[in-house]
Amino acid sequence: MATATVAGRRPIENTLNTKAPTSLWVDAWRRLVRNKAAMLGLVIVLLFFFVAIFGPWLAPHDPLQINSGQDFLPPAWAPAWSINTGKVGDPQFFMGTDTIGRDVWSRLIYGARVSMVVAIVPTIIITVVGVITGLVAGFFGGTVDNLLMRVTDIVYSFPDLLFFVVIMFALRGTFIGELGNGVFLLFVALALVGWVGIARVVRGQTLSIKEKEFVEASRSIGGDSRRIMSKHILPNILSPIIIIVAFSVPRLIIAEAILGYLGLGLRPGTSSSEFFVTSWGSMMLEGQTAINAQPFMLLAPAIAVALVVMGFTFLGDGLRDALDPRMRGTG
Amino acid sequence: MARFLIRRLLWLIPVMFVVAAITFILMHAAPGGPFDKDPQQRQVDAITQKRLNAQFGLDKEMWLDFPALMQGNVVGFFDTQFFTYMIGGTVNGEWRCGFICGNMGPSFRQRGMTVQQIVLDPPEGKSPWDSKAGYSLRLGLLALIFAVVVGIPMGVISALRQNTAVDYASLFIATSGVTVPSFVMGIFLIIIFAVWFHLIPVVPRDWSDPTVWILPAVVLGFGLLAQTARLTRASMLEVMRQDYIRTARAKGLSNRMVIVRHMLKNAMIPVVTIMGPALAALVTGSFIIETMFGFPGWGRQFVLAISQRDYSMILATTLVFALLIQIANITVDLVYTFLDPRMKVS
Repeated sequence: MATATVAGRRPIENTLNTKAPTSLWVDAWRRLVRNKAAMLGLVIVLLFFFVAIFGPWLAPHDPLQINSGQDFLPPAWAPAWSINTGKVGDPQFFMGTDTIGRDVWSRLIYGARVSMVVAIVPTIIITVVGVITGLVAGFFGGTVDNLLMRVTDIVYSFPDLLFFVVIMFALRGTFIGELGNGVFLLFVALALVGWVGIARVVRGQTLSIKEKEFVEASRSIGGDSRRIMSKHILPNILSPIIIIVAFSVPRLIIAEAILGYLGLGLRPGTSSSEFFVTSWGSMMLEGQTAINAQPFMLLAPAIAVALVVMGFTFLGDGLRDALDPRMRGTG
Repeated sequence: MARFLIRRLLWLIPVMFVVAAITFILMHAAPGGPFDKDPQQRQVDAITQKRLNAQFGLDKEMWLDFPALMQGNVVGFFDTQFFTYMIGGTVNGEWRCGFICGNMGPSFRQRGMTVQQIVLDPPEGKSPWDSKAGYSLRLGLLALIFAVVVGIPMGVISALRQNTAVDYASLFIATSGVTVPSFVMGIFLIIIFAVWFHLIPVVPRDWSDPTVWILPAVVLGFGLLAQTARLTRASMLEVMRQDYIRTARAKGLSNRMVIVRHMLKNAMIPVVTIMGPALAALVTGSFIIETMFGFPGWGRQFVLAISQRDYSMILATTLVFALLIQIANITVDLVYTFLDPRMKVS
């Protein structure tokens, strides 16, 4: 009899528990993988990281090697109507050559490094600073909170691009601006503005989470502020943090490219063994002067920037939809 | 309402003061003064240097003159570079009002010109619209009009024909407008239309020809167009599902009437609110597009000032643009309360 009961119950259990319980993160990951645009974005982003890391092995030429007499060569595959100079391309230079005969394709590959490092280093800085400030301000309130909001007001009243420009302009000649071909200053400039947006979001989220019962429960069993913030509040606001960080990455890359285009980015390297040889922004600056003679000098880095920004934006959209399904299709 | 407005406007003063102080510090952090720095410029001798510094008020203390205070000179305590620039002070023996009176200081590079003359004064016998600021404002307005005139209908049609080919096409345009940065878009369009098809000059010389305005305005407005179209679509889709739309249809209104009077009117609320900051962003963010097209506006003047190390021009531009952004933000908060009485002023 006993076996019969069990056997009789089993089908019901099966219909109730068709799936193993999934955590929020596994669930979100599944939603992300199903999102075609997000996966396309991820592939693009990974591809560019691959190029940035293995640049020296992928580039067919030395990015700084000057090929005299072979300047302004168009790509060999470019149709005749697109060439204004009457020069004939050389198949060994896939994207043609620049003003002094350097291979545009190799320079493009080396230039990926700057954008990808900008996608990581300033992002980490602004995330750490933004999350800590936002948590503390939201949790403790009072003076810290007031101070944060006032700082936010001031930073928001600066058009951010203008602020980058002013910082880069003022400090490029100083010793800070000399560190690492100006990369250090670039990171500082980007980070100074970027953390504020994250801090604001984290503060808002913290304000609502800290009123929840589980925080009160933790406090009643003697949990100190640090423990509550790290064990209870932070894990609960991780989704909005990931979303806002994902959206700040393309903005950082665009800002870097614009600064380079204005001649305020990092200094060009003098040897191809340096880590940063050139950036897409500086390539565009050079390309702008040769727009009629060799448009691919300008077009190639522009397409690269567009692609990488698109990749990060699609990924960010996908992360938002996966982590916060209520937000789907908005914004 | 009035109290809210007054409080916001009063708060503007300390914010602008801090913005000015930060910019001032940054400008002076650059090693050397504006006259002994530029390697291209011939170095000036010590006496000329001293005269120039006096003429530009650079011989004063930067922040607060403590030695003057020690001698009992309270006025002299504030008679510094920063206060002279922002509020006013004696320069070369005569008192001059500062930034609060609209004086943006003498240009360090264009001799005998003040920054406001360079930026605001039109060429001889032309209207104020032909000044550098006028050009930038016109371009910004043109871009705004383009974004609104194309973006709103795009969003409306997209919402009315949801999930059709029209919807997907406009979503594609909107998505590319949001993802592709405007200056990259500008590069693409210049190369296609100017370099390959020779339809327009790469860098137009004559801006009185209206056709050359099209491309810069389109490039500048494209991002906003995409944003407007997406916002309009989302907002329309939400409004379409409301009960009052069903009521309007039930009482026998024509389709056109329902769309124009009931849907559009309500769906436009979020769209209208982004227009103020959008215009401010278009005017203040246009310097990269202006540079690209060689456009004779304030933004390009700003970029030129960077390469010429014209400190006063950079300082003034930053302050004015920051002020514009602030005013735009205050306007949005006000417009919100007018359009949607449910939003309470906080």
